[in-house]
Amino acid sequence: MTALHFTNAILIDPEEGTETAGSLLVQDGVISALNPANVPADAQVVDCAGQCLAPGIVDLGVKIGEPGERHKESFKTAGLAAAAGGVTTVVTRADTTPAVDTPEALNFVTQRAKQVTAIRIAPMAALTKDRAGREMTEYGFLSDAGAVAFSDGDAVVRDPKIFGRAMTYAKGLGALIIAHVQDPGLSKGAAVTSGKFATLRGLPAVSLMAERMGLERDLALVEMTGARYHADQISTAQALGPLQRAKEAGLDVTAGVSIHHLTLNALDVGDYRTFFKVKPPLRDEDDRIAMVEAVASGLIDIVSSMHTPQDEESKRLPYEEAASGAVGLETLLPAALRLYHEDQLSLPQLFRAMSLNPAKRLGLPGGRLSVGAPADLVLFDPNAPFVMDRTKLQSKSKNTPFDGARMQGKTRATYVGGVQVFPARPA
Amino acid sequence: MAFRARHLLGIEHLGPDEIITLLDLAETYVTLNRQPQKHGRALEGLTQINMFFEASTRTQASFELAGKRLGADVMNMAMAASSLKKGETLIDTAMTLNAMHPDLLVVRHPHSGAVDLLAQKVNCAVLNAGDGRHEHPTQALLDALTIRRAKGRLHRLNIAICGDIAHSRVARSNILLLGKMENRVRLVGPATLMPSQVDQLGVEVYDDMRKGLDGCDVVMMLRLQKERMDGGFIPSEREYYHRYGLDAEKLSHAKPDAIVMHPGPMNRGVEIDGLLADDINRSVIQDQVEMGVAVRMAAMDLLARNLTAATTTGGVLV
Repeated sequence: MTALHFTNAILIDPEEGTETAGSLLVQDGVISALNPANVPADAQVVDCAGQCLAPGIVDLGVKIGEPGERHKESFKTAGLAAAAGGVTTVVTRADTTPAVDTPEALNFVTQRAKQVTAIRIAPMAALTKDRAGREMTEYGFLSDAGAVAFSDGDAVVRDPKIFGRAMTYAKGLGALIIAHVQDPGLSKGAAVTSGKFATLRGLPAVSLMAERMGLERDLALVEMTGARYHADQISTAQALGPLQRAKEAGLDVTAGVSIHHLTLNALDVGDYRTFFKVKPPLRDEDDRIAMVEAVASGLIDIVSSMHTPQDEESKRLPYEEAASGAVGLETLLPAALRLYHEDQLSLPQLFRAMSLNPAKRLGLPGGRLSVGAPADLVLFDPNAPFVMDRTKLQSKSKNTPFDGARMQGKTRATYVGGVQVFPARPA
Repeated sequence: MAFRARHLLGIEHLGPDEIITLLDLAETYVTLNRQPQKHGRALEGLTQINMFFEASTRTQASFELAGKRLGADVMNMAMAASSLKKGETLIDTAMTLNAMHPDLLVVRHPHSGAVDLLAQKVNCAVLNAGDGRHEHPTQALLDALTIRRAKGRLHRLNIAICGDIAHSRVARSNILLLGKMENRVRLVGPATLMPSQVDQLGVEVYDDMRKGLDGCDVVMMLRLQKERMDGGFIPSEREYYHRYGLDAEKLSHAKPDAIVMHPGPMNRGVEIDGLLADDINRSVIQDQVEMGVAVRMAAMDLLARNLTAATTTGGVLV
């Protein structure tokens, strides 16, 4: 494998928190030097022309339609979408049909991914069988088969005794549990967050308190069992207090937020635009700002796309009946760059949340720009403007809330293990 | 003439001038409807389809009669028992109907926003006959006409809307309309039947019905939507009647000439005393039904005029 020498780049280093002009050398798929003094004579030079070079995004919580809903998204299309979006590792959800709740199902996922995409796939496995919240899955076998975390997606384990035992057992294996923190009773049937907008639109709504209740219950169980725990999506200011206290108390707890909750609010739903229906529902502007601040301070660790492909038929329904979720693999980076252009988050802060922290939390080697790390890289121009056109998305499903939005920031190239995966090169 | 809308999806999108235009036209239809010969020609040759995805007798009959009086060909489709049960989506149904070239589509649907969605997909004028808990614009307009005729004006009145606000599209449309016309609107009911942050809509909220009715010109009762309650909003019907059912004693806190309204169908002995509902000195409930036909005639007439304008000029009305 020839060496790659990225020159004339702005290096975004989330570990050091720096963005500096420099060069980077890749040998054998691994970052071998920063600003190297000696470059092998046969190294291929990639002139970055002053654009940003950052560790590729590790997107935690991506739904791929395989198995079961391949008409919505396949590993192949998800891989293309990820590459176009600068995502080098896709951490897949287990909420497929059937759920990924056996080592056999997990092997299928891994094999399928290997056959059709060059993007790294790090699969999650279900926390309970059939995601039904009753019996735990085989955490040992699943971990051996490559499961990086255990999660039932948006299904909440209602019985605290069952959830507590799952945590206790998982702790013995050092496995990470990822949970959806919306109280299921309060959330039942809700399509939007309660408030003036919900009242005007006449839509069934859920109180903000559902999130705090769900989180506080889980944190009590974490305190009881000592489990490794990650809250998939925090979206309300009221949940930040309990999260902060849990971290200060030394619990092994982290939290994430979706890019949609960082860049959109409840009013964006407008006249029942179902592409803005996500789970949990979009919140008020105050909450959005609080989430951005929590990412800046590091209280919220991880930003992800929560990529959830839905076909047109699932979305072209009355709001209450329409499916939840939005695609995000290709829009995560430009949407996140909105926060950079608004001076709310720096580039190293963004990549800390999108690349470094998820890799660290899942025990993956990527997410860094340091010597010895895999050469999973994204080269992007943070300023390039464009108008989002959903029909141009690589994803099979086109359900993005950013359709028609003016955005800034284009991926110029994506590398996985030193191999260019975007733009696609002729074989 | 100030009526710009292409569809009648909700009060939210109407301006005060449009509301007044519609009510003024409806007055002429009240007169027409009281003649022995009741035929107008405003909708002659046009096709009106009533699509009711939720069972309705009164509203559907009112729309049907309104269309027939103005000469439209009216077709009723009981969608609740129809192809949706066979798995056809709302959009497919809309596209199918659209191919039949209706001019006016009257739609009721159990989900909020469903009528908006349908309106985006068809070429004709769409009238919302009630969508979920969202809006029921012709009900608010007929209430407005009833109030204007009884009180001589439609502004600076104290109006109490009482009962199950949370599940009521009638309440939402009335709050919007009466607010746009500069009235003081009060909502009366137990907190479990109030939607969240409803106070931000420019209304006053009362838990105590006697205080809420104090000095009111209009008392508007709502049906207690029993079928929508999946448990536990109120302890019992009898406690509800005791605290929020309208009877002569509670009504005595309103102005002596206050009128009593109800969109029907009534639960006598639950939200309203039967005798009071029939008291012709106070209750305008029968007038509301009469105004309903006239308002729907006016609404379809105005939309049909805009329809012609759009076709003949080739322009697109928003």
